[in-house]
Amino acid sequence: MSSFIGDWHALAVLFVAGVIPNQIWRMLGLWFGGGLDEGSEVLVWVRAVATAILAGVIAQIVVHPPGALASVPDVLRYGAVIAGFIVFTLTRRSIFAGVVTGEFVMLAGRAWLG
Amino acid sequence: MALPPLDSPQWHSSSRAFLWGLRSITQTILTIVLFVTYLGIGALAHDTGFSLAWALASTLFVWAGPAQIILITTLGSGATIIQSAIAVTVSAIRLFPMVVSVLPLMRAPETKRRQLFFVAHLTAVTLWVECHRFLPLVPRDRRIAFVHGLGFGLVSVCLCANTVGYFLAANLTQTLGAAILMLTPLSFLFSTARNSRELADIVALVLGLLLYPLAAKMNSGLDILVSGVVAGTIAYGVHWFREART
Repeated sequence: MSSFIGDWHALAVLFVAGVIPNQIWRMLGLWFGGGLDEGSEVLVWVRAVATAILAGVIAQIVVHPPGALASVPDVLRYGAVIAGFIVFTLTRRSIFAGVVTGEFVMLAGRAWLG
Repeated sequence: MALPPLDSPQWHSSSRAFLWGLRSITQTILTIVLFVTYLGIGALAHDTGFSLAWALASTLFVWAGPAQIILITTLGSGATIIQSAIAVTVSAIRLFPMVVSVLPLMRAPETKRRQLFFVAHLTAVTLWVECHRFLPLVPRDRRIAFVHGLGFGLVSVCLCANTVGYFLAANLTQTLGAAILMLTPLSFLFSTARNSRELADIVALVLGLLLYPLAAKMNSGLDILVSGVVAGTIAYGVHWFREART
C-alpha cells in the first residue's frame, strides 16, 4: 500500500460520510428545485443551522486544536481570532486583512514567548 | 481582463466560453481565499492522519470546504462514520437552496437536466457568488460552458493548494505548521461573517461559536451537531420573533 493512497477503508468512509451526504442535496436541488421559494421560512432555518454548524467547526479547531496547532498556547489562538476579527470589521469586511492579522498575532506571540 | 461584449464572436463557440470561464478565476479575490482555505485543508488532512489521495479525492468529489473540514475533524476526533455522516449531511443542506437558485441563471427552455449535472456538482458558496456576478455578462446559451470553465479552474487551484498544504504540514517546523492549520478557522470565520447579512445568520454564527464549548462538555460525539441545531434554531426563533412584531 503506497503512502499516497493510504488506507482504502478511509477512502470508503470518505464516500459514505462525505461524498454521498453532499451530492444528495445537490441532486435534490437539480431534480426538485424548480418550485421552491428562495426566501421560504424553512430555508431560513436551514441556513441558520448550517451556519451554526460551521461556527461549531471553527470553534472546535480553535478550542480543541489538531496536530501542530495544539502546540500554540490557548491565549494566542483566541487572541489571533479576536485580533483578526477586529481588523476584519475595521477594514469593511476584508477576509484577507483579517486572516493576515490573525496569523501575524499568532506568529508574533509565538516568537515573543520564545 | 474584461469579458467580451454579449454580441462578440468570442461567444460563438462553447470552448471559447469555457476558456473565458477558466480565465475568470484570476478576476476574483475569492480564488485567493479558496487557495488559502484548501492549503489549510491539506495541512489538516496531513495532521489528522489522512493520505494525500484522500485529501484530493475529498476536494474533487465533495467540493465543499466546510463539509470537508467537518469530515476531517469529526473522524479525526474519534466520531463514528454515522456521526460524521449526520454532521456532514446537515451542513450540506445549504447546497440545496444554492443549486436551486443558481440553475435558473443558465437554464434555457431546451436545456436538458443532464447538461446541468456538473453545474450542480460544482455549486458551492464560491461558485454561487461568482455565478451571480459573472453570468449577467455571458450570453445565456454559453453560460453552462462558462461555468464549467470557472468551476474547473477553481477545483484545479484547490487541488494544487491541498498538495502544497499537505507537504508543508509534513515538512515545516511546528510553528509554521500551526500557522497553516490556523488558516482554516480564520478564513472560514471571516468568509462566513461576510456572507451573513440576515439577522438569523449573524445570530447563528455568534451562538454557534459560543455554544460549541458547552456542547463539547457533554461528550456525546455529536457536539457540533448539538450546538449547531440548538444555535441555529434559536437564531431562527429570533428571526421569527422580529418578523412577527413588524
